Amino acid sequence: MTAVSARTGMTLRLEPQPGEVIDRNRPLEFTWNGQRFPAYHGDTIVSALAACGERIFSRSFKYHRPRGLLSASFLDPGCTVQVGDEPNVRGAHRRVEPGMVVSAQNVWPSLRYDVKSVNQVVGRFLTAGFYYKTFIKPQRLWPAYERVLRRFSSGGVVAKDSAHGYYDKRYAHPDVVVAGGGPAGMAAAVAAAEAGAAVLLVEEEYELGGHLRWGDAGQLEALRELRAAVAAAPGVEVMTNSVVNGRYDGNWLGIVQRNLPHVVERLVKARAKTLVVAPGLIERPYVFEGNDLPGVMLSTGVRRLVNLHAVKPGQRAVVLSANPEGDAAIDDLARAGVEVAKVVDGRRGPTIQRATGSRGVQAVECADGTVVDCDLLVTAVGWTAPTALLNMAGDRPVYSERAARFLPSLLPDDVLVAGGIAGDGPLEQLTEHARAVGREAAGRAAETARSLCAGIPQIAERRAGPPDPEPAVALPELPVEDHPALFFSGTRGFVDFSEDVTAKDLIAAAEEGYDSIELVKRYTTVTMGPSQGKLETVNAVAVLAAATGRTIAETGTTVWRPPYAPITLGALAGRIFEPVRHSPMQPWHEAAGATPLVAGAWIRPDSYGDPAGEVRAVRSGVGIIDVTPLGKFDLRGPDVPELLNQLYVNKWSRLDVGSVRYGVMCAEDGVVLDDGVTGRLAEDRYILTATSSGAATVQEWIESWLQTERPDWRIHVTPVTTAYASINVAGPRSRELLGRLVEDVDLANEAFPYMRVRVGRIAGVDGCFMWRIGFTGELSYELHVPASHGLRVWEALLERGADLGVRPFGVEAQRILRLEKGHFIVGQDTDGLTQAYGAGLGWAVKLDKPDFAGRTELVWQSRRDDYFRLVGLQPVDGSVVPPEASQIVLGRGIAGRITSSRMSPTLGRSICLGFVAPSLTGPGTQVTVRLPDGGEVAATVMPQHAHFDPEGTRQRG
Amino acid sequence: MLLPCPWCGPRNASEFRYVGEQTVRPDPATADPAEWRSYLYMESNPAGWVAENWLHRAGCRRYFAAERHTVTNQVRATRPPDAEAAPAQHADAAAAGRAGEHVREGRP
Ligand SMILES: [Zn+2]
Repeated sequence: MTAVSARTGMTLRLEPQPGEVIDRNRPLEFTWNGQRFPAYHGDTIVSALAACGERIFSRSFKYHRPRGLLSASFLDPGCTVQVGDEPNVRGAHRRVEPGMVVSAQNVWPSLRYDVKSVNQVVGRFLTAGFYYKTFIKPQRLWPAYERVLRRFSSGGVVAKDSAHGYYDKRYAHPDVVVAGGGPAGMAAAVAAAEAGAAVLLVEEEYELGGHLRWGDAGQLEALRELRAAVAAAPGVEVMTNSVVNGRYDGNWLGIVQRNLPHVVERLVKARAKTLVVAPGLIERPYVFEGNDLPGVMLSTGVRRLVNLHAVKPGQRAVVLSANPEGDAAIDDLARAGVEVAKVVDGRRGPTIQRATGSRGVQAVECADGTVVDCDLLVTAVGWTAPTALLNMAGDRPVYSERAARFLPSLLPDDVLVAGGIAGDGPLEQLTEHARAVGREAAGRAAETARSLCAGIPQIAERRAGPPDPEPAVALPELPVEDHPALFFSGTRGFVDFSEDVTAKDLIAAAEEGYDSIELVKRYTTVTMGPSQGKLETVNAVAVLAAATGRTIAETGTTVWRPPYAPITLGALAGRIFEPVRHSPMQPWHEAAGATPLVAGAWIRPDSYGDPAGEVRAVRSGVGIIDVTPLGKFDLRGPDVPELLNQLYVNKWSRLDVGSVRYGVMCAEDGVVLDDGVTGRLAEDRYILTATSSGAATVQEWIESWLQTERPDWRIHVTPVTTAYASINVAGPRSRELLGRLVEDVDLANEAFPYMRVRVGRIAGVDGCFMWRIGFTGELSYELHVPASHGLRVWEALLERGADLGVRPFGVEAQRILRLEKGHFIVGQDTDGLTQAYGAGLGWAVKLDKPDFAGRTELVWQSRRDDYFRLVGLQPVDGSVVPPEASQIVLGRGIAGRITSSRMSPTLGRSICLGFVAPSLTGPGTQVTVRLPDGGEVAATVMPQHAHFDPEGTRQRG
Repeated sequence: MLLPCPWCGPRNASEFRYVGEQTVRPDPATADPAEWRSYLYMESNPAGWVAENWLHRAGCRRYFAAERHTVTNQVRATRPPDAEAAPAQHADAAAAGRAGEHVREGRP
């Protein structure tokens, strides 16, 4: 977009202010809705625009009313903007940068002329419960409703090709975290550090200081001293533009840190021994008719604008002040050259009635009937205590009638409060209290550290010695000062600026029976917008209390939950940091152009481009597959047969040295858990294998038996999955191929028959073992080679077998081969309800064993006949492959499903495994398979699972 | 939440797998279906102290027993699965002195 030249200069920029944060020596330019604007380094997006006379920064969510500055802080609901391809940027917080491209959100066609503001005219349709009432019926119109609603919603635009930013993650173990870097937070942090604690001081804004930054000369001097103390204190780490976003059990804190170079955001997971909550107080808006007009501002917003950014907030002002901070704003306005036309003292009765104007305040009508022309109305009616982190610590703050705000009630030992959230008083009293809190926080942290160390067996003795902490000193009490209870001046006006919820909406909800604040919140969406109730909650409670004739204390408040401030998905996702496992042969697979398959943490070859060809190579010659992910456990000790008997449904006591047996594991509910072969390599050494995806579960299952139920068994279990590279050599010519590489093992069928294991040397590599098993149904040898030699053996097999036509095959070919052979896969052809008999494993279940995992349930299943069974199925039309999970239907009911299906290159037809109802298990039964497109195909139940070589002659050859 | 592993000391809850409430496996030879399925599926799920099993999966890979308060997530004692539960009033003494018995006091 070509920007036109800057329309205006910084006409509202004031003379240099003592506390200003802008750097007048570093001017810059950025664009706003396509126009160039000047600014200074240190300006926020919105302060720069305000300095140029802009007053409207967004259109509201529902009614598309023009919105301007309110609090001039992160929370400012009217200042959410789009920056480049980043939506929902807090324009009154984010600092402007050279060349920044900023635009308004939720406007169409432009900020000045927004056609959607017609919603204001039809506002009666958008009242309380609007969503629930309007878009319920008829259901078929939902897609249309959705399209309309989406157009009117206020989110920004996310470009699908947005660059992926770098998000970071860090773990921290500070003694004390201080949430809030105002005067109390700084004082607490310094005191804690001086008492020996490692402190993390976290401040939402770009600088420490809180309200002192827009204070008078005395306060600015106090700020300088506090900042110097923080800088000098040993062991205080300061994070600015960062926020403690959540507090969880054991003071586990999520902190979003935004002030880092080359890092968009960093999520700090901090385990704090003590948390000091010192967020200060948030100024509360006043509810009256016209309270959302641009030009209606909070006193803190005005003071920030004047003192931090040297911007004149208006020309002629009316001020409603009910506290000293509001009075101070009057002085600031006068200094900034704003004519203060009228001051309404909120401490003395009626206040103001309404503000009027079209695109901003033009006049204010006071309660005494006077009407004052002005373009700025400043309110200072009270404070909200942001108790979110206290809520998350289990506290239920209580309402103080006297202070007209909520105060903490019962805090856990590891959470303390300081500053305005704790009470009132002059600066010196608040910082003195905060210092005491900081010292106490350090003391409690030291106590916690001692208790944690005592819990670590390895160092408990060594660290047992430190002296007891000094006896706790009672924390000084902070007074609570009187403050008038000012929330609303009538039944009109906005309570929630983010969600466009008015006082009338809340009253209407109460009249409809939604008399609990939690119900009203969900029904009207009040406090559910981007400012998360920090500006709105107490006003909502006050309006509802009045509407239901109760007090605020009786009405209570909603519970603040994490996150404290909106968090980006990027910060939550963090770095792309997923561990990946692959076999030692992976470089070869990649060079060969294998299609990768992600299987849990493993990356393995799905195919080398031609699964059907790979299948034919195995059936007619020889193929090799990398099966390294197979779970492998080395079991040693005299009681291994006991363990195997307990884990598997099969019998194991008579497994000779050199033999291999296939076993099925069930959980205690009789459901098939895993399967695999176990071989006895020596008198007291066994290798147990588990499925690739089940290996982790099987390991925990074995450990569970050995540690909890049978701790007396003498068995060592060592996971050796990645210690061996595993290669299956399959096909009628596999013996011939292997004979060229194996030196010390007789491969003749009589010497090394089916289901036997041998230890030997392969391609010059010692310490290998190999067993004859047959997942593919062919003559095959599974080789297990010390991992560092895996690639060498793999390459040797291909090199020495070139004249035999040896081909590598991938997981897809293996799946076809095993389906032709009718071998089921746990988790694919079984599910969380498939007990052993249902999977056709009755032959393996030895109920004459006194005990094994799952036996009890299998005894009961063996007496029943009502369970679905796994059967081989062949579609009558062999060209149709019903997708896996297709339903088998009987009349109007479901009578099974297809669990595996493929086109068989060997048979030239489609083949399946599937579950069918008991009445359909008879060989030759025709079943109906419902395809996803609604069509149906007939399939025949086969006499056995195997579609190919059911007698098993090939694998024994 | 911090869980005090009897072997490793207090570690973040994300290192552990919750196994379930402590149960006694019924005798498979005599258990009736109601008894067996109660063992498999039923939990008392109190709002208060509960005896349960955990696995320090990303640590020492040991199973252990813990007494946890389900409302506050406070853990007052952990021990190996085959150790007898220490009487609650003695938990402090156990934490302080009897390291050899692997009984640990936990803080939330
Ligand atoms: Zn451990």
